[in-house]
Amino acid sequence: MESVGNLILYFVVALVIIVCSVLTVTTRQILRSATYLLFVLFATAVIYFQMDYAFLGAVQIAVYAGGIVVLFVFAILLTHQPGKDAQQVESTRRVLGAVAALLAVAVCGFGLFSYANFCGRQLAEIPADAVTIDTIGRFLLSTDKLGYLLPFEAISVLLLACIIGGVVIARRR
Amino acid sequence: MNLTLLMYLVPSLVMFGCGVYGFLTRKNMIAIMISLELMLNSVDINFVVFNRYLFPGQLDGMFFTLFAIGIAAAETALALAIIINVFRVARKVDINQLTKLKF
Repeated sequence: MESVGNLILYFVVALVIIVCSVLTVTTRQILRSATYLLFVLFATAVIYFQMDYAFLGAVQIAVYAGGIVVLFVFAILLTHQPGKDAQQVESTRRVLGAVAALLAVAVCGFGLFSYANFCGRQLAEIPADAVTIDTIGRFLLSTDKLGYLLPFEAISVLLLACIIGGVVIARRR
Repeated sequence: MNLTLLMYLVPSLVMFGCGVYGFLTRKNMIAIMISLELMLNSVDINFVVFNRYLFPGQLDGMFFTLFAIGIAAAETALALAIIINVFRVARKVDINQLTKLKF
């Protein structure tokens, strides 16, 4: 049995995710779309906190809400003149998109609800030392079977390539 | 009433559907990137929730999400740099007006 506060928190978060992600793709002004995306990302961080992964929630807020959304707002303000009315971002292919999205949701939703036994399982108690920052650091830098040193190094090379690529692309010739 | 696995998968599914819709219908390149972020984010939620419910003693899904967040950040930064550069050259960001590379 969950505590009442946890349940209320879950319903608020689920409502924010559903409403704001619909608004993100249907609003006509692109800056508002970025703002609704920010709300969705914050609600996702709350889900991570609720799952006891506090480090992941912090990363979500710092990288997504703090970095990516700022980057989006920056790009939007650079490419759309402020003061002018935001251009409409709708298309004639709305019906096609709606059919594709509804089809995907229907198929996946049918799959979910037909495995109701599997999907109905409860939240298990988490071991006390499973998600401490100490464990996460050891996993990230260990080279044994369950270690993540190789992806860690690969992503550092990727970020370096991304920095160089960003400089090369954005350089004024 | 208990919080089951299904109750976390449903908002994630709706988020993914919205991402698909936005990706197919938007004309603005930045709006397309925003829809892409929605889809990536819903997949991240799925990784974390499955990890927490099925294998609470392990952290594999959490690390997948951690690396996915890092890669998504890199990808978004590069894509926005490209979009801004395209805007500087062509003065527009709508995909139906950018037809120079069309065969």
